[in-house]
Amino acid sequence: MDRHAKLKFILTLVVVLLTFGALYIFQNTMNSFYVRVLNLAAIYAILALSLNLILGFTGMFSLGHAGFMCIGSYVAAILTMSPASKEIIYFMEPIHPLLANVEWPILPAILLGGLVAAFFGFLIGFPALRLRDDYLAIATLGFAEIIRIIVTNLIPITNGALGLKNIPSVDSMFVYWGFAIITIIVLMRIINSSWGHAFKAIRDNEIAAQAMGVNIFKHKLMSFTIGAFFAGIAGALMAFLITSIDPTMYRFTFTFQILLIVVLGGMGSLTGSVIASIIFAIAMEWLRFVEQPMNLFGLAIPGIPGMRMVIFSITLLLVILFYRQGLLGTREINWEWILNRLGIKNSLKVKRGEAN
Amino acid sequence: MSLDVFLQNVANSITLGSLYALIAIGYTMVYGIIRLINFAHADLLMVAAYIAFYGILVFTLPWYVSFAIAIVLTTLLGVSIERVAYRPLRSAPRISVLISAIGVSFLLENLGIVALGARPKPFPRPDDLVWNIQIGNISFLSLTIIIPVVTIILLVMVTYMVKKTKMGIAMRAVSRDFETSSLMAVDVNKVIGATFAVGSALAAVGGIMWSMQYPQVDPLMGMFPGLKCFIAAVMGGIGSIPGAMIGGFVLGICEVMLVGFMPELSGYRDAFAFVVLILILLFRPGGILGENVVEKV
Amino acid sequence: MAEILRTEQLSMEFGGLRAVSDLELSISEGEIIGLIGPNGAGKTTVFNVITGVYRPTTGKVIFDGRDITGWRPDQVTAKGIARTFQNIRLFNTMSVLENVMIAKHVRLKATLGEAILGLPRYGRQRRQHIQECMELLAKVQLDDVAHENATSLPYGKQRRLEIARALATEPKLLLLDEPAAGMNPQESLELMEFVDRIRHEFDLTVFMIEHHMEVVMGICQRIYVLDYGVNLAVGSPEEIQNNEQVIEAYLGAVDTDA
Repeated sequence: MDRHAKLKFILTLVVVLLTFGALYIFQNTMNSFYVRVLNLAAIYAILALSLNLILGFTGMFSLGHAGFMCIGSYVAAILTMSPASKEIIYFMEPIHPLLANVEWPILPAILLGGLVAAFFGFLIGFPALRLRDDYLAIATLGFAEIIRIIVTNLIPITNGALGLKNIPSVDSMFVYWGFAIITIIVLMRIINSSWGHAFKAIRDNEIAAQAMGVNIFKHKLMSFTIGAFFAGIAGALMAFLITSIDPTMYRFTFTFQILLIVVLGGMGSLTGSVIASIIFAIAMEWLRFVEQPMNLFGLAIPGIPGMRMVIFSITLLLVILFYRQGLLGTREINWEWILNRLGIKNSLKVKRGEAN
Repeated sequence: MSLDVFLQNVANSITLGSLYALIAIGYTMVYGIIRLINFAHADLLMVAAYIAFYGILVFTLPWYVSFAIAIVLTTLLGVSIERVAYRPLRSAPRISVLISAIGVSFLLENLGIVALGARPKPFPRPDDLVWNIQIGNISFLSLTIIIPVVTIILLVMVTYMVKKTKMGIAMRAVSRDFETSSLMAVDVNKVIGATFAVGSALAAVGGIMWSMQYPQVDPLMGMFPGLKCFIAAVMGGIGSIPGAMIGGFVLGICEVMLVGFMPELSGYRDAFAFVVLILILLFRPGGILGENVVEKV
Repeated sequence: MAEILRTEQLSMEFGGLRAVSDLELSISEGEIIGLIGPNGAGKTTVFNVITGVYRPTTGKVIFDGRDITGWRPDQVTAKGIARTFQNIRLFNTMSVLENVMIAKHVRLKATLGEAILGLPRYGRQRRQHIQECMELLAKVQLDDVAHENATSLPYGKQRRLEIARALATEPKLLLLDEPAAGMNPQESLELMEFVDRIRHEFDLTVFMIEHHMEVVMGICQRIYVLDYGVNLAVGSPEEIQNNEQVIEAYLGAVDTDA
């Protein structure tokens, strides 16, 4: 490893350690409500990053993200609920015998949630990714809905519309932000690698990419499956955060919110997605006040449920119409940028397109 | 299945098919002309239904006045949406205008929730239009006849407009070749506006009739019919108006018949349309009437 | 010299339109061959069929002894045919170097897992590819702009970049689609010398579509003439210039100032 790469590695390590330090402090001193908001932000970050990989970096307009979340959630929940809980919760129809006595620890359940979601991403990708932009959007939306409808109807496995409760609760910030940090690092390495460049080439000019030897279908499937994997992980984490899930959580509304975050942060910027996720999670909570009744200059204004989503819709429209790039466009805040700003130029400039 | 039930199903499927056909035309016309899936199209049916609802119940206007106002206002809304949210993005990458369409759809639905309340409200069926008809053992609503008849009249009108009027020919020209049309002194903006107007008007009529047939209005009522109608348009061949008509009827008939013959699958009713969509996109993306356009390299 | 590309009764139909009819090409290693004809004659379609963008309606494409008819474009590139496009198709969000590096992706012998984990085999190949690409850019005099955005370059340099990118795929046969489009006579001459140079330096066979007659006649050893998808004639520049059918269909008065 040359001098420059070593420097970047050390800097990254320092930041990761500082982050863990901060997490430790937050965990032990912060109000549990704020902790929960930050954990939610971590989940949104994973979702936004994974959707950005598919949409912002590879140019595929997939609207099926909620479906993969749903799969991850249910897999993790079913695996970790205690047999006693399962007996109580599944009261319409008893749980399928194979699943009744399964009780896994948290981490493997999260990983399996991701893997199963990735598997479905692979299956769905086969037919769907041959389609053009707009058709792909509707097809992935359709698949997400099909997944939801199947989950609602397979009562012995999923408890149907009643949903699952008493999922073990995880409140350690290290879990949520740990996974978020892993996601960030892995995706950054992918994006900076030859495959990441191939994804961007497909986005920029598919025909030229193909002419340069890139197997378009294989790479699209790769990007899609990886995105589905992380969406599944996020779904599993969601189950542990809010401890009860049901199919109506994973309607298109959810995908819309993730889409908003990606557009806001910049389609094609990983750091943008992370920043926008945190802003969004905070805004979601902060804006709750517009849905409560309030007293403004002596006028009693009644609470308006649903107003938050109106604000978000308008935000999305304003961003896409007037500032399509979002916060960061396709730029990243990475070490290069920071070091350049600080005047520490890279003396090995010629080799800057470095193996990460 | 007894004959009565079967006939009832037939009647329902024709009614549903008509409604799907009306709404599907709007999708196909817009897609044909600017290659956009107008996610907001289906929400227009919700807007029309609510305007009619308020006209009759709150402003106590006669149904024909309420319906007329609903259609006019919805049409204006549809045209304004194009002007404000789609036209500025005409030269932007396609994903941008798709995202804008999704944004508009969401905005309409959530404004509906905010302004009108999320709970469904019963729609006042006008007695002049909706009454019971009894033939032998079978009883059915007058709507079973009115809806298909109105639909066919409108379909004939649209077909005539597209084939014979100057605007209709201009619409077909622009959907064939956008650039050349604009070079031939066709006011492309006006043509696109007219396309949206026609599609929105049809959606408005569809929405009003929908809420008479299934007498309930709620802000999200357009979502599923919207997706299914788009699927119907794809099934018939996206960009083809006769295709949308055929697709709408076929989908409506299949949906009702599926649930009629296999009631245990009724929970999967909505999934059926999506499965059909995926099958079509895989095996015959041009749809029943469509053509396969090869991209020029 | 050995034959490197052959087509047998190659035809391409779109709906009712016959874009290419019964084309019989034969190109030997090391040659520079031209393909000329009026606009709409089907020349780019021929390229598209050879490189797999379209599957021919009938006929075969034989490259380096293998029947590659119906192969996907990325497979054709992996086998050794590279091409440029009539309308420049650069990757607009990437730098000059990154554009060229894409071409090396197909030659990468490693897995994504290795890249994520930072294992040495991937890093080694990547560094080597970067070096090869920088050397390639130096040969086409684009190394000074290696880190600029590709589409910020002036038109002539963008054309050179497209050719450099195609060369980076390590091809045996290079298809150039109107490389001199939009160039003045001076630039066309420089391009001619450039193509000749790279042919020798990279041991290539070149097949080019061109309208600039001074380029085609000056550099090509043999020329195929296409009109309405049909091959009117094939021969040396002198033979083509004196062929009556060709003159009538395309050249008009024999005027090499095109």
